Amino acid sequence: MSAGHHHQLYRPGDTVVHRLPPQCKLLAAAGFAVAVVATPRESFWAFAAYAVMLAAVAAAGRVPPGFVLRRMVIEVPFVLFAVAIPIIGLGERVEVLGVSLSVEGLWAGWNILAKATLGVVASILLAATTEPRMMLLGAQRLRLPQLLVQIAMFMLRYMDVIMDEMRRMRVARESRGFVARDVRQIPVLAKSAGALFIRSYERGERVHLAMLSRGYTGEMPIIRDMSASLRQWGAAGLLPGLAAATAVLSWSLT
Amino acid sequence: MHVPDGFFNAPVSVAAGAFAAAGVAVCLKRARNELNDRTAPMAGLVAAFIFAVQMLNFPVAAGTSGHLLGGALAAILVGPYTAVLCVAVVLLVQGFFFADGGLTALGINITLMAVVTSVVGWAVFRLITRAAPRSRGAVVAGSFVAAAVSVPVSALAFTLLFWIGGTAPIDVAAVAAAMGGVHVLIGLGEGLITALTVSSVLAVRPDLVYGAAGLRRNLVLRTADGEVPVEEPAPAPKGGLRPILVGGGLIAVLLAGVVSFYASGSPDGLERVAADKGFNAGEQESGVANWPLADYAVKGVENERLSLGVAGVAGVGLTVVAGGAVFYAVRRRNRVKADA
Amino acid sequence: MTSHPVPSLEVSGLAYAYPDGTQALFGVDLTIGRGERVALLGPNGAGKTTLVMHLNGILAAGHGSVRVAGLDVRADTMKEIRRRVGLVFQDPDDQLFMPTVREDVAFGPANLGMRGAELDSRVRDALERVGMLDAIDRPPHHLSFGQRRRVAVATVLAMEPEILVLDEPSSNLDPAARRELAEILRKLDVTVLMVTHDLPYALELCERSLILSAGVIAADAPTRDLLSDADLLSAHRLELPYGFAVPAV
Repeated sequence: MSAGHHHQLYRPGDTVVHRLPPQCKLLAAAGFAVAVVATPRESFWAFAAYAVMLAAVAAAGRVPPGFVLRRMVIEVPFVLFAVAIPIIGLGERVEVLGVSLSVEGLWAGWNILAKATLGVVASILLAATTEPRMMLLGAQRLRLPQLLVQIAMFMLRYMDVIMDEMRRMRVARESRGFVARDVRQIPVLAKSAGALFIRSYERGERVHLAMLSRGYTGEMPIIRDMSASLRQWGAAGLLPGLAAATAVLSWSLT
Repeated sequence: MHVPDGFFNAPVSVAAGAFAAAGVAVCLKRARNELNDRTAPMAGLVAAFIFAVQMLNFPVAAGTSGHLLGGALAAILVGPYTAVLCVAVVLLVQGFFFADGGLTALGINITLMAVVTSVVGWAVFRLITRAAPRSRGAVVAGSFVAAAVSVPVSALAFTLLFWIGGTAPIDVAAVAAAMGGVHVLIGLGEGLITALTVSSVLAVRPDLVYGAAGLRRNLVLRTADGEVPVEEPAPAPKGGLRPILVGGGLIAVLLAGVVSFYASGSPDGLERVAADKGFNAGEQESGVANWPLADYAVKGVENERLSLGVAGVAGVGLTVVAGGAVFYAVRRRNRVKADA
Repeated sequence: MTSHPVPSLEVSGLAYAYPDGTQALFGVDLTIGRGERVALLGPNGAGKTTLVMHLNGILAAGHGSVRVAGLDVRADTMKEIRRRVGLVFQDPDDQLFMPTVREDVAFGPANLGMRGAELDSRVRDALERVGMLDAIDRPPHHLSFGQRRRVAVATVLAMEPEILVLDEPSSNLDPAARRELAEILRKLDVTVLMVTHDLPYALELCERSLILSAGVIAADAPTRDLLSDADLLSAHRLELPYGFAVPAV
């Protein structure tokens, strides 16, 4: 029926990491990413420390390394870019295995690669240990604009429904011998996109009617609210706290 | 195109974050005015649609394919403010739920892919549909140009940001050429698919195309007493051109001014830093205080920057004036024709 | 069914044209007594959905009136009307828009101002009545279609409606899910208006049926009588499934 979860990152579980309130985890992941980005690229040891911290979180959340690695393909385009920088980069050049590389480019490539990878892994761990709707509750708790959270809620709810519709249209196209090979096929794809838009829009209208029928007056009732204890904040603060300390230390050492 | 962490330095990431937040805040308010209590479900469904449609890979040329950004498409279908919200939510969800796009780069991603594509797409679309006679053809053609322009402009904005705060020492001209070249092609694909999508929606449910609200005919009610025409005229699309043009103009002036001001020393700056400090060069040093002065020592750096900044603002101003003149000339001619 | 002094639903002279000019209803009159289970039959395009949209004020009558348990459907009574009329949509995906079954069933009562333990017991009670209490913490899109439809019924039951209005309740259900839903509906102690073109289902659940055709009520009689009148059925594009015959009484 609803098979569209292949892309979903959430891994159900009942670990310390899973149980932390979502708002704590959201802030922790964001704080960690900021600390990583703010670290000078020469501090190799700091990046190693970050990697160890993430490994510890993964272990605590029982997220297997293979799971994380497979999800990391998402950064491949930028890895390619990072690899290209030393070759096309400007400035002083150095010979490595007979290839002339830009010194500054090598630094930049490493910088992007390291920070992007740590950022992606942190996001993967966040998504893997936090149920999507919990993430929304966390965002709500963090005082993100209500409307934005609600839009995201409806999007997540209907994403699979719409992807299923799109998949059915593709099956219908392909079962009649259609293959998207070159520009000439764009009109067919566009017709599908148009039909998909109409279906999505009309479903939006029906959902709105369904909401009205149950007394909706423009405000979503807050049915669940979650507060975090000081201890939970403390536990979640461990990761960004350590990362921030590492970042500060790396600055004072360079 | 989702920018990861570490690609831009901290000041630019933070500035883009603030800009994106301000943009989203404005759109939240405006979208609420457009859709009132329907905003959440409608924008949510449209966001899900954009998410799905971004997965439609379309062949661009032999061997390469692009995927839709969808900003211009969303703007034409549901209006610019709702469009920015929808695409921003898609990016937020991709960042937090799918680890696609860095968390610290969210501001940059939202600025480039939600705000710039939707606002530029809508502005171009409105310029064309206002200048051209009211017709389906104009709406479709406008959609094509709007989407086709929105992609390279977004790429250009990327290049600008990269110029100010990129962490890689690449010649900005090279980045601009590479990004521009590829994205002009991708833009053509985006334009084509956007135009055809809008056209196919127009054929079935013209009332759903926000940008085609001017095409609606007056309604007729058939009641027990016979046919009663509905007097109220077809509503013109709200969220008119003026706020967008004013906002876009301000952004352009600001960008041109600030970018020219700060970026004057930047491209060769990194080169300079690398040469001077060897391995100790860090991208954090792109703060104003550390900008290398050596290159411009003779000319007087501050004046140089100031003059470049002024030139940038003046350039944008001139472009706006010229574009505006053409636009009003066309419109006036149309009006004269209509009156005659 | 004995008729109570105040019927659950009274529609009189209801006419409506859509903004695009298409007129769908041309003066509908019907009355449904408290506790009755009535089927509204009609071919596609007869105006069934349009009529349903009037029952809780989603569409405003162009002419005529709708009264629910004696209360007029008007702008100022809308909140109470929407509590009294429980609309179950054809596609449960339209109705189940919240992230979990619990939050979805709670949505209606929470809009009525209910909170805390009271809300929780209301939610559990509604899910219990449709046999879906086990699914309380699951996301709706992980349920089967039949389960989703039952949860959709629960979302409406949680508001303790005066009348339950179901739009094509049997569509897309496999035979087992169809039977389970019928058992649930038969057990409920509320007035039911069931909009359908599934004639055997109407016969199974409703003693009385109305035929809506071309925007007016064309027939109002015991379901068995209607379904045994082949001429009447064919005049309104209604057909019994192959091999299915209802002998006249």
